[in-house]
Amino acid sequence: MKKILISLLFAPLMAFAAGANIHLDKWPGSVKDQAALQNGAKLFVNYCLNCHGASFLRYKNLLDLGLTEQQVKDNLMFTSDKIGDLMMVAARHDEQKKWFGATPPDLTIVARARGELGNAGAGADWLYTYLRTFYKDEKRPTGWNNVAFDAVGMPHVLWELQGTQVMNHETHKLELAVPGKMAPAEFDKAVSDLVGFMVWMAEPQQEYRRTLGWFVLAFLAVLFVVSYALKKEYWKDIH
Amino acid sequence: MAAGNFEKYKSDGSLGGNLLEWVDARFPATSMWKGHLSEYYAPKNFNFWYFFGSLALLVLVIQIVTGIFLVMHYKPDAALNAAGVPIAFASVEYIMRDVPGGWLIRYMHSTGASAFFIVVYLHMFRGLIYGSYRKPRELTWLFGVGIFLVLMGEAFFGYLLPWGQMSYWGAQVIVNLFGAIPVVGNDLSILIRGDFVVGDATLNRFFSFHVIAFPLVLLGLVAAHVLALHETGSNNPDGVEIKANKDENGIPRDGIPFHPYYTVKDIVGVVVFLMAFSAIMFWAPEGAGLFLETPNFYPADPLKTPPHIAPVWYFTPYYSILRAIVWNFFGLDAKFWGVVAMGASVVIFAFLPWLDRSPVKSIRYRGPITKVMITLFVICFFILGYLGTQSPSAMGELISQICTVFYFGFFLGMPWWSRMDKFKPVPERVTMK
Repeated sequence: MKKILISLLFAPLMAFAAGANIHLDKWPGSVKDQAALQNGAKLFVNYCLNCHGASFLRYKNLLDLGLTEQQVKDNLMFTSDKIGDLMMVAARHDEQKKWFGATPPDLTIVARARGELGNAGAGADWLYTYLRTFYKDEKRPTGWNNVAFDAVGMPHVLWELQGTQVMNHETHKLELAVPGKMAPAEFDKAVSDLVGFMVWMAEPQQEYRRTLGWFVLAFLAVLFVVSYALKKEYWKDIH
Repeated sequence: MAAGNFEKYKSDGSLGGNLLEWVDARFPATSMWKGHLSEYYAPKNFNFWYFFGSLALLVLVIQIVTGIFLVMHYKPDAALNAAGVPIAFASVEYIMRDVPGGWLIRYMHSTGASAFFIVVYLHMFRGLIYGSYRKPRELTWLFGVGIFLVLMGEAFFGYLLPWGQMSYWGAQVIVNLFGAIPVVGNDLSILIRGDFVVGDATLNRFFSFHVIAFPLVLLGLVAAHVLALHETGSNNPDGVEIKANKDENGIPRDGIPFHPYYTVKDIVGVVVFLMAFSAIMFWAPEGAGLFLETPNFYPADPLKTPPHIAPVWYFTPYYSILRAIVWNFFGLDAKFWGVVAMGASVVIFAFLPWLDRSPVKSIRYRGPITKVMITLFVICFFILGYLGTQSPSAMGELISQICTVFYFGFFLGMPWWSRMDKFKPVPERVTMK
């Protein structure tokens, strides 16, 4: 009895803690892994792009992932035939709003939007956790709920791959009730690839930006040596 | 040392010489060059803190040049495009992706905004510790405070333009604050927005202010700031007037020509600054979510209020002061007094020249009271800044109230504490360390 009372006393606090910062699994991938990005692109186009747009990205940007124009056209372009087109969603926004109660958001830069103060890269961790923590919840209209995003409007689109998870209310842990097409480790890798693609598409030139930074810094380092020597030379008589 | 006291250029017969003579007879070219650079005598003992004036000028140029290029593709339009995204927001992403080099220009501008405040805060801190605002440089300081105020407006207007969630709701919160002013408040906030909520009209007028009105005023104030400085000559870390000790040619004995001495020195400062600037721009353009707030990667949604609305870091100290005031006075709402306190916390810098009653200028010859007060002030400023980025909490409110009291105590108590201190004798001439 005492135990229950104490737990009740701390319940609001726990709820607050759970809501404010759920534990995020670290995204294990990298935007440098081209094979993973290609796989992520395939998953994104097949599972996400039906409802969510990536309206700042063009199909031709996918060529940067090491794909040929023909490969992109044959495997990744379902709603468009021009390689320069933006990756828009096929469904109409007003229809979607009727179906889901809200228009599914554009996902091009969601990986950046989900970043946190102090850790702008946390968006990848959030996505990696979110996409793996759907569980069966009959109280929700879609039949699905999510640990990272409570009362989420989206059903578990990847359930076929992951299988069906249920929440064990004793341990507060998710358990795989019905296995999917993929083994858990396999599914984690697939989600990691998908998240990698989303991190990449949020800023496709990001690796180029980082590399360019080294050249700029190297140039400035040389300029520093020269400008410092110039200053020393001019100032040698000032005491 | 004002321009015009120099002899006109006489040609040596060369083509370039003839051209310069022609120009100089019609325009104060050499006199301006000499008066402001090659024969403008600056104290020879400038230290680290004296880099930030020229750096502020550099950032101003960066912002203007990158801004010119951003405007070529940016569209101040709140309407939704075919994908259901506001056109303004989409145009920023278009610049980031489809405009060649656009991402670099945009990151320069967004990093430049934060860099501007970092540099200006350090520049102001320099003035504070060395008493640069004191007689005869009060006007230089006042123009500087004007620059600071205009810069805040410029940053505020500019922050709306990407039309992200924080752009939108930040503007909504700040404009609503004007509604707290009795009688005229409500009409005033409608006048500022041009609508009953932040919308397309607001976006367009903020764009206009950001790219035309405020930069013009800013440039004028910067010119006035530099002209006033060059009239009196610069202060220095010793707070010694170098003009009080001139040689037979009327040149200050402790002065050296700004050009070439300080131009070559400032180039070193510029290079070091650009290294830090580039490191952020290329490797962490979000500045850990401080320079580009992550919720601002969501397009503005007037129907979805974010759970936590925080201004960008350079405004957070004042935002904390606003939130610290939770009491109603004289029948007026706490919000109104919060706005008053926030405004006062910025404007109060203008009164420094008259609040400081210390017999010496520089912290080098002032005693422990000054050092402790300035240290505590800086700590308070940082705490207020930190709390402004956080969600409100009871503990945070109490701490921000304590810091707010000290913030104003620092200024309002200055006429007393600045006089009470122990002082060391100021040397006749500047010292080189």
